[in-house]
Amino acid sequence: MQMIKEEFDAIVIGAGMSGNAAAYTMASDGLKVLQLERGEYPGSKNVQGAIMYANMLEKIVPDFRDDAPLERHLVEQRLWVMDETSHTGIHYRSDDFNEVKPNRYTIIRAQFDKWFSRRVRGAGATVLCETTVTELVRDAKGKVIGVRTDRAGGAIYADVVVLAEGVCGLLGTRGGLRKMLKPEAVALAVKEMHFLPEEVIEQRFGVKGSEGCVIEAIGTISHGMAGLGFLYTNKESISLGIGCLVSDFAAKMESPYALLDALKNHPSIRPLIAGSEVKEYAAHLIPEGGYKAIPQLFGDGWVVVGDAAQLNNAVHREGSNLAMTSGRIAAEAIIQVKRRNDPMTKRNLALYKTMLDKSFVVKDLRKYKDMPALLHTNARNFFTTYPLLMSQAAQNFMRVDGTPKIEKEKATTAAFIKARSRLGLVSDAIRLALAWR
Amino acid sequence: MTNSGTKLRVEDKLYQNRYLVDTGRPHIKVRPHKQPSANLLALTRVCPAKCYELNDKGQVEITADGCMECGTCRILCETSGEIEWNYPRGGFGVLFKFG
Ligand SMILES: Cc1cc2nc3c(=O)[nH]c(=O)nc-3n(C[C@H](O)[C@H](O)[C@H](O)COP(=O)(O)OP(=O)(O)OC[C@H]3O[C@@H](n4cnc5c(N)ncnc54)[C@H](O)[C@@H]3O)c2cc1C
Ligand code: SF4
Repeated sequence: MQMIKEEFDAIVIGAGMSGNAAAYTMASDGLKVLQLERGEYPGSKNVQGAIMYANMLEKIVPDFRDDAPLERHLVEQRLWVMDETSHTGIHYRSDDFNEVKPNRYTIIRAQFDKWFSRRVRGAGATVLCETTVTELVRDAKGKVIGVRTDRAGGAIYADVVVLAEGVCGLLGTRGGLRKMLKPEAVALAVKEMHFLPEEVIEQRFGVKGSEGCVIEAIGTISHGMAGLGFLYTNKESISLGIGCLVSDFAAKMESPYALLDALKNHPSIRPLIAGSEVKEYAAHLIPEGGYKAIPQLFGDGWVVVGDAAQLNNAVHREGSNLAMTSGRIAAEAIIQVKRRNDPMTKRNLALYKTMLDKSFVVKDLRKYKDMPALLHTNARNFFTTYPLLMSQAAQNFMRVDGTPKIEKEKATTAAFIKARSRLGLVSDAIRLALAWR
Repeated sequence: MTNSGTKLRVEDKLYQNRYLVDTGRPHIKVRPHKQPSANLLALTRVCPAKCYELNDKGQVEITADGCMECGTCRILCETSGEIEWNYPRGGFGVLFKFG
């Protein structure tokens, strides 16, 4: 290939959320950017729920609403605690979310990534798909100076390499830039796409036009593992999935597809997807290690962004926005170093971390730094015992059967104490409050 | 739930997906072993595409055609050297239409 002889300002590995944000930002500023993606087209390897947060995309592509493939803007969120036959929950719905520039949208990743990639090309970057990067190339001093791919033609060189390779992060772990992910710091999620006519979705969820509704759920659906189920409405489809920690899956030898099937057959979910046509089954990992799992973010000739850098907020189910923001900030740091005509050394690229530390990305992750460990070690209590107790309490409260109210309340309290002891309850509450702080 | 029942359902699920299989170049290999470790054995249940199966000698084998490249097996078994894991060549493997 002729172009391999060229040298680039930057090579971006991966055309997901973080890679596209980085490539777009650098190319828009006039940098000579090469982006490499192993999929047939951008998005063909990528999986998301998917809720997309507008604010973070707007900072990168201000006019994205003109042509981005957006499914529904969210006006309602339901948080459910489920047992075998019921759900208890909080619903929040507000007409305030029907704004001129809505705050959150559902998207379909394969379509969204294609759109974003068209914008990246439009900004002047060269995008090569069907190209797996196999190795980072270093000089004698260990500085990353380029990449090798599985295409014929040798190495490709650049001043800086942006690793936007996603959660698996093969190149970074094999290149010794960061450690292998631990099974307790990552979740495996499976998901199906259920197609239904637009009117049916509108009726079932009480929405109209492009309004959308999402459900997130914990409880017995994860079989005692630390996990979360989700149901998101798209224009003509429903994304339904469930994810749990890989360490829990392995210890309990659970099948993810069996969990998903059980969720589909839950009496609270079944009527919502009744009659749908399933068109895809997907699986993907999600980083869950939080602040304490963030690896080294920069070095001589390289930076790492997005899921590959574990920048994922498991508590709020945010990932794509952290990916986009870290991609943008890394690009802005590179642009600044380049403008000063400075070399892309570790010392100069430290600017990326300085800028990222000041952003919501690191601030949010730091806020919840103790949460992953707490939920991991207490999975049974938080994901089974408490959900069961909550639904019992709710049923006790609702069911009118002649039992005096005072006795019902006593029974509810006794059930909580029996299941977890007074001390256990208090200590869980304190630890949760501390981790939330 | 019987194993065969589960298998049937996963295959039905995978049938909806698009793949470009790189015939003769499997991207994941299991190292020959006498007895699988707990993690390797767990993959027969945990792999979302049910690529791992026990043979009649009690060893774990892989058929990676339905692999969705999630990386779960790599997390559980690469460090111990029980499996060798790579991405398929560019353009091959799973092709999500929606993701
Ligand atoms: C089931 C599920 C639900 C989720 N829901 C939400 C949600 O609702 N909201 C939210 O904000 N986040 C959500 N997330 C998280 C979100 O999807 C991720 O945080 C986000 O996709 C990370 O973007 P990224 O660019 O870092 O990685 P990715 O989007 O994974 O992109 C990495 C890219 O790099 C390519 N690549 C990797 N290695 C190579 C290589 N060697 N050579 C060439 N190309 C390579 C891949 O093919 C891929 O295109 C969810 C994740 C999952 C799995
Ligand atoms: S990568 Fe995922 S889908 Fe593929 S074999 Fe491993 S666990 Fe199964």
